[in-house]
Amino acid sequence: MNIQEYLEKVKNREISIVKIVEKITKEAKSSPNHFTAVANSHAIKRAEQLEKNPVGNLAGLPISIKDCICVKDLDSTAGSEILQNYRPPFNATVIKNLEKQGAIIIGKTSQDEFGFGSFSVNTKKIPKNPYDQTRSCGGSSGGAAAFTSYTKQPHIALAESTGGSIANPASFCGVAGLTPTYGLISRYGLIDYANSLDKIGTLAKTVKDAFLGLYNSLSYDEKDSTSLTQTISKEKKVKKIAIVKESLEVDKDIKDLILSKVKDYDLISLPNVKKHAIPTYYIIAMSEASTNLAKYCGIRYGATSDLKGNFDEFFSSVRSKHFQKESKRRIILGTFARMSGFRDAYYLKAQKVRTLIINEYKKAFKKYDILISPTMPIIAPKFSEIEKLTPLENYMLDTLTVGPNLAGLPHLSLNAGFKEKMPVGIMLTTNHLEEEKLRTLGEEIEDN
Amino acid sequence: MKVDKDLIEKVAKNARLNLTETEIKEFLPQLKEILEAFKEISSAKVEKLKPSFQPLEVKDITREDIPKNCLKQEKALQNTKHKQDGYFKGPKAL
Repeated sequence: MNIQEYLEKVKNREISIVKIVEKITKEAKSSPNHFTAVANSHAIKRAEQLEKNPVGNLAGLPISIKDCICVKDLDSTAGSEILQNYRPPFNATVIKNLEKQGAIIIGKTSQDEFGFGSFSVNTKKIPKNPYDQTRSCGGSSGGAAAFTSYTKQPHIALAESTGGSIANPASFCGVAGLTPTYGLISRYGLIDYANSLDKIGTLAKTVKDAFLGLYNSLSYDEKDSTSLTQTISKEKKVKKIAIVKESLEVDKDIKDLILSKVKDYDLISLPNVKKHAIPTYYIIAMSEASTNLAKYCGIRYGATSDLKGNFDEFFSSVRSKHFQKESKRRIILGTFARMSGFRDAYYLKAQKVRTLIINEYKKAFKKYDILISPTMPIIAPKFSEIEKLTPLENYMLDTLTVGPNLAGLPHLSLNAGFKEKMPVGIMLTTNHLEEEKLRTLGEEIEDN
Repeated sequence: MKVDKDLIEKVAKNARLNLTETEIKEFLPQLKEILEAFKEISSAKVEKLKPSFQPLEVKDITREDIPKNCLKQEKALQNTKHKQDGYFKGPKAL
């Protein structure tokens, strides 16, 4: 039963929302670490209310929420020990919007700590890929994508991308992952990684359902200073497409799968994206992260200890004990890039290179509606393979997703087929606010 | 610039992190390798370009300075054990 059929049945009172919620929360609990918290009693209570009065576009639809998005009175830890037991006294704006439309929150999905990672291994309970549990489900929204693939019930996942954290796990788990234009969905209530890059988006089994999640998440929000006043363009027609030449320098099977999905395309070269996107992305992301993470000091929420020593000693001891290794690495690199003497060469230079990259994309979109590439250069790696990677090798694997994320461009990853029985994702990128074009081509690829 | 133990310790101190000797030993070659790779951006020709601190142009939005409902004091304090008389309680400043 797809989501449309389910919502129709709910409307006609032909199905029990409570039974669906009971089934999906059971799946969530038994899934291989896809959830950090399951909101069993809250979800059943909501289901009972909605069964009596099924109001809203999403009435009765179960939705999972990435752990970094605040849900009132539900543990929201962004996958980090330093936020252990944190229960927000408020809802993120996107949660308010979805609940207003009758969505039922079933729990929080697992992720890399604060979104720092591409394989969801930088957290305590590592989620496993439903296709092969010896492999990663990608990251950082690993639990969200894995459960979207795993569940047999109607469901949409709400997640977040900074440098590819929706597209990457969507590719590894064979589902649709939609990252909208920067600023389209309010970030109020999102536990931030890097403010100028973070975007809330959706994952679902189909492109249509990922868009259903998007449409019901939107609103201008005065609580988010970067919330856009404009909305999605109505233009749906896709006239010209191009494949990014440099993105085809991947495994031959992956390249062939991508080429088999697209007809009538040009090849385009994006040399600045290829050359500069990885260092530019990581310098900006780490710089912003290092300031954002300054607030975790054991006073207002999360992990703490007895108040001993002066503030320097106390803050340092809490932070050193509860941040994981990858967070420490990124805090140090980000702090370094912003320090006097290094700021111009790293942080400021990276922001200028971002302009160069945005300009390169803008020029491409004067001629083409959509740019295509594989989502990831590899299939989901085994955990034993990930252990052998250095941090830099880890970062380099984001090479195809960081470009659109740096430029705040909407992009959609969907399944293009399989290699060694593991899913391979194709990524479509379009200009700001032209999400409808992604839907047109995405559905076309899905149907063929 | 030399990336060495002293530099890492200085940066870590600024970031309020105490690194153990084992962590420094592990991080030092990794950070050297990463910073070497990041240097690549120095080759980008961007002298005439302005920095993009946001991916889209963001305009300042102002509002009337009128108080609105905000989080109640007890709600703001619900996630901490360090509180006294309705305020957060912190460590010594000096």
